[in-house]
Amino acid sequence: MIGYLARRSAFLLLSLFLAAAVLFLLLRLLPGDPANALLSLGATPDQIAAARHQIGTDRPLPEQFAAWLGSLATLDLGRSFVSTAPVGPEIAARLVVTVPLTVLSFTLAVVVAVPLGYLAARRSNTWFGALLGALSQLGVAVPVFWIGLLLITVFALRLRILPAGGFPRDDWADPGRALTSLALPVVTVGLVMSASLIRYVRSATLDVLGSDYLRTFRALGSSFTGAMWRHGLRNAAVPVVSVLGIELATTFLGAVVVESVFALPGLGTLLVKGIAEHDYPVIQGVLFVSTFAVLLIGFAADLIQRIIDPRLRHNLSVEAR
Amino acid sequence: MSLLDVEALHVRSADGRALISDVSFSIGAGARLGLIGESGSGKSLTALAVMGLLPAGMHASGSIVLDTGATPATEIVGAAERRLNGLRGRAMTIVFQEPLTALDPLARIGRQLAEPIARRRGLRGGALRRAVITALEEVRITDVDRVARAYPYEISGGQRQRVAIAMALACEPALLIADEPTTALDVTVQAEVLALLDALVSARGMALLFISHDLAVMAGISDRVVVLKDGHAVEAGAVRDIVTAPRHPYTRSLVAAARRLGGALDTLTRTAP
Repeated sequence: MIGYLARRSAFLLLSLFLAAAVLFLLLRLLPGDPANALLSLGATPDQIAAARHQIGTDRPLPEQFAAWLGSLATLDLGRSFVSTAPVGPEIAARLVVTVPLTVLSFTLAVVVAVPLGYLAARRSNTWFGALLGALSQLGVAVPVFWIGLLLITVFALRLRILPAGGFPRDDWADPGRALTSLALPVVTVGLVMSASLIRYVRSATLDVLGSDYLRTFRALGSSFTGAMWRHGLRNAAVPVVSVLGIELATTFLGAVVVESVFALPGLGTLLVKGIAEHDYPVIQGVLFVSTFAVLLIGFAADLIQRIIDPRLRHNLSVEAR
Repeated sequence: MSLLDVEALHVRSADGRALISDVSFSIGAGARLGLIGESGSGKSLTALAVMGLLPAGMHASGSIVLDTGATPATEIVGAAERRLNGLRGRAMTIVFQEPLTALDPLARIGRQLAEPIARRRGLRGGALRRAVITALEEVRITDVDRVARAYPYEISGGQRQRVAIAMALACEPALLIADEPTTALDVTVQAEVLALLDALVSARGMALLFISHDLAVMAGISDRVVVLKDGHAVEAGAVRDIVTAPRHPYTRSLVAAARRLGGALDTLTRTAP
């Protein structure tokens, strides 16, 4: 296990380095000069050169990359080209919105999808199972922003019981208000997430329901519920956990869309703003932090799977039972 | 009254096809009966119907009465799940064909074996651990401690089937059903497991419903046999009578095929230099 953790951590660092390199290069391929974005129209070439020198884009690319990596190593994400404020604290302030949004949506999705997916499998050949299947298909097909707009129309504009967007200036000072602001976005993301999750839970449950071992333990006198609890749950969890990891990462990344729809001051809106202003340090910082989060989530999902499934600890494929 | 009385059993699939038609047989306490037939003849479905474990959507009609003497005689067909839960693992249980998938892949052997022992005998802690070890020793597993700690994928198919047998015997059922318990095993292991099952069932005085497609295997373990074809019982009788004087054309072809296979070996032995 220690060997595995060491190997996996080394892999994580390598992935981070590669991600940093790719991020850096892709940004430099974008058309447009950040210096132009800083100045008003009709700036003289001298002014542009001065601006370039000030933000450091006149230096050779390898030097810029090395400087960025160096500051990353000291957990410094640099300063914004536009506001000259440090990027790290800005991202931290945005995470206060994005992390609760992600965690709450994820929790809602799990709470909705696990029982419904299980029911869809148990009732797979009834109208109820068919209805659940159709609804989850629909949920997968519908775009997130559309559901967001629909919910805004109903709950904010018609019923006027929830705010259409925005987030309290003082963040979580008043938790009730903060939660109210997050209600619609959380429901939006949670529903979309649960739609695809239901299908994975359903298929994992169907596998367990049709399994020989479940039949074995029932033949030995275990009740259906007892056999499901002692043997089914764990087996169904293995494929579901890996999907959960991917879903959690997707939600985190998908925050860009939802935060725009609901005007939330989160990581996603910061990224959009950074791109609009050609603010390289902000874009790099947000994407780097997101990459790190996604890699960490993948790491955690992997670890949980290995704890559940002994075959993974011995580098066996799941087929080799 | 017999231990198990199956009377005019019919099983239909969800779309109404007849899978088993009008099958009747009975097994006395401590007696042995074989069900023989090709795959798809309805042998395994009959066993599942007796256990009350038919796959969802399949429908049984007719009568299956289990009477162990210890509990009131029970009609299995149409019985409530709660009633069946009380019978399974006590009055009757089954060893399945496929030892690869019959055990939970994520639980240690010791824990899986402990489950029916704890339920049947109410043991806990150290007493339960000792009972698990004894149960493994009874099915002649040599490195008991390793196997108890192992996961199913870490032991051989033969060992897994021995574990499955140990789990079934731990229930001390009046009726043991063995559904092709050796078909998935290597031929050499097959003979060992068969001899083991034979000995353990005899020692406990259990009734045995043995299912096989192999007449030679059947002849070694069973007294009477019912021949199934396409869901119908085409012939029934003592194994000796069936082998020496088969009446139904299908039984005749079954016997002829078994003789041809055995004959091939005899021919080789005779022509060997």
